Amino acid sequence: MAANVRGNVAQIQAEEAGQIKVRTHMQRALMRLRRDRLTLVALAVLGTITLLAILAEPITLYMLNTTYATEDLTNNFTLPGNEHLLGTDEKGRDVFSRLLYGTQVSLRIAFFAAILSLGIGVTLGMITGYYGGIVDDFLTWFITTLNSIPSLFLLLIIASILKPDSTTLIFVLGFLGWTGTMRLVRGESLSLKEREFIIAARAMGASSLRIMFQHILPNLISLVVVTLAIDVGGLILTEAALSFLNFGIAPPEPSLGNMLTRSSDYYRTAPHLVVIPGLVITIIVLCLFVIGDGVRDALDPTINP
Amino acid sequence: MTRHIIRRLIQAIPTIFGVTLLSFVLIMSAPGGPAQIYAREDPENMTPEKRERLLERLGLNDPWPIQYLIWLTGNDWMHTLGWKDLDLNDDGEIDEDFLRRGILRFDFGESLQYKRDVGEIIGGRIPATLELGFASLLVSLFLGVPIGILAAIWRGGWFDNITRVGAVIGSAIPVFWFGLMLFLFFGIVLNQPWARGNQCDKNKYSRSGCPPVHMRLEYLILPTIVLSYGGIAGYSRYMRTSLLDTINSDYVRTARAKGLPNRDVWFKHAARNALIPLATFLGPAVVGVLSGAAITESIFSWPGLGQIFVASVSARDYPIVMASVLIGAVLTVIAFIISDILYAVFDPRIRF
Repeated sequence: MAANVRGNVAQIQAEEAGQIKVRTHMQRALMRLRRDRLTLVALAVLGTITLLAILAEPITLYMLNTTYATEDLTNNFTLPGNEHLLGTDEKGRDVFSRLLYGTQVSLRIAFFAAILSLGIGVTLGMITGYYGGIVDDFLTWFITTLNSIPSLFLLLIIASILKPDSTTLIFVLGFLGWTGTMRLVRGESLSLKEREFIIAARAMGASSLRIMFQHILPNLISLVVVTLAIDVGGLILTEAALSFLNFGIAPPEPSLGNMLTRSSDYYRTAPHLVVIPGLVITIIVLCLFVIGDGVRDALDPTINP
Repeated sequence: MTRHIIRRLIQAIPTIFGVTLLSFVLIMSAPGGPAQIYAREDPENMTPEKRERLLERLGLNDPWPIQYLIWLTGNDWMHTLGWKDLDLNDDGEIDEDFLRRGILRFDFGESLQYKRDVGEIIGGRIPATLELGFASLLVSLFLGVPIGILAAIWRGGWFDNITRVGAVIGSAIPVFWFGLMLFLFFGIVLNQPWARGNQCDKNKYSRSGCPPVHMRLEYLILPTIVLSYGGIAGYSRYMRTSLLDTINSDYVRTARAKGLPNRDVWFKHAARNALIPLATFLGPAVVGVLSGAAITESIFSWPGLGQIFVASVSARDYPIVMASVLIGAVLTVIAFIISDILYAVFDPRIRF
């Protein structure tokens, strides 16, 4: 203990004397991230895919001279090749442009739903973890109930009732997905509020709101970033499964899931219709999980740079 | 111990109550309830009187709380108390058509599509889901745990790296796509009949005439692979972390200091304790299997709970939907309780 304190004092003196470069927590995290090749590759791949998806409209209209809904029944089931980069589907629509739009739809839904569920999860988790009491009891009961129903069952029922388009799907997925985040945040806040720095803040007369937003929330940032990456990945899988079962995004609007719905019927003539969308989903989700892991390691203050 | 079990069982009551309330509210808020489905089937004959009688028979004229109460507990006791008249033809007996026993007495009503007792239909479906569920739980445990142990022993080696990549891919690959690819490759390209799913559902909602499971194990192969891949990935990663945690603890150092051979230290001392946290995985695993079953069973036309659930949601066959949700929830709650108890049994540090 004493040696530790002496070490800290020595470090502070060295920092003040300008002998050691002072780095903030974020700077150190970025440094660690820059050395993590796998995460960088995943970031690059995901960035490229996202950029292509965002530019879906100009690319299809001006570079491919088509739209995702342009049918050409004389040219259906073309295999990937020169004319159509990734071939055409059963109605002769260009698979590449449908893939761009589908990725855009899937990414948008997953991203905003993850933001929504994180917002709800973090807020409720902080409140219940900090205050406890009857709200905590009620929410714990609610979450236990929600978690005892297999999630896909619940999603299918709600989706069959609402017949969602891409906007309502964001709300459905967001309102059902926050329980895991809330439990994580609740646990973190429970342990954080007993730490010395929170007690010190309270002793200095900080209000509960100030403690929550100024002291607890910054300590949750790494948790939130990691959860966001993992959640977006999980939500892409969920959305794809829903749309595949015909409960999500309805055709003709493409999504990575509904592109696969009828594809198995044409497997003999056009195997690319089954292989490509699934591969894209796997790659995106893989990147997100790798990034989530990499960021978690980079933000972990117990690992030294 | 007994007290703990009883307490956990009592704690399950509000959860189950919540599930019934939630599924009831959901179904009731669905547009085009049961009455409309009947009307759609038979539009010419739907005179106002008939419609009224139908609404009365389905209990749709009552306010929601009463409907919920009837759905839960039945309406025969209401008749006995004189709250509700179920004897419409005045012969002194309750009309069979109007009688409800409630889900608490396992009366789930009548299926709107099949016009048969829901309990019977669901009961016929559960064995298929159990077959698949047990198979995939066993496979994921018996593959995942050894893989995790070996990966921990050889950490940093090629085996560790390969299984790590496999595990990440396993969690990122869409279950339905993986199933679809296997189904298409083995069932269509290689033309193997066993890959095209269970062919026991000849008359749709009965499993009579299906040979016992050990005679048709080959049908289980593909769905089990699909359902257990995620589990294998999860268990092996978890086992690896857990084992690496225990291998640094003091008692393992003691075992090494005594001069025990490496094999005994890893397998007898460390692995046994590292296994304990796996007990908590049973609850989530059952939820995962049930959710995954909905997709996997649909792809491989496996006549289980998941398949009939997906089909019934599409067809708006609400009694079946509600019954499957409830049974899924009860199975989940039981699994969570069992995993709690197992944890307590395996870990003597936990006291009640």
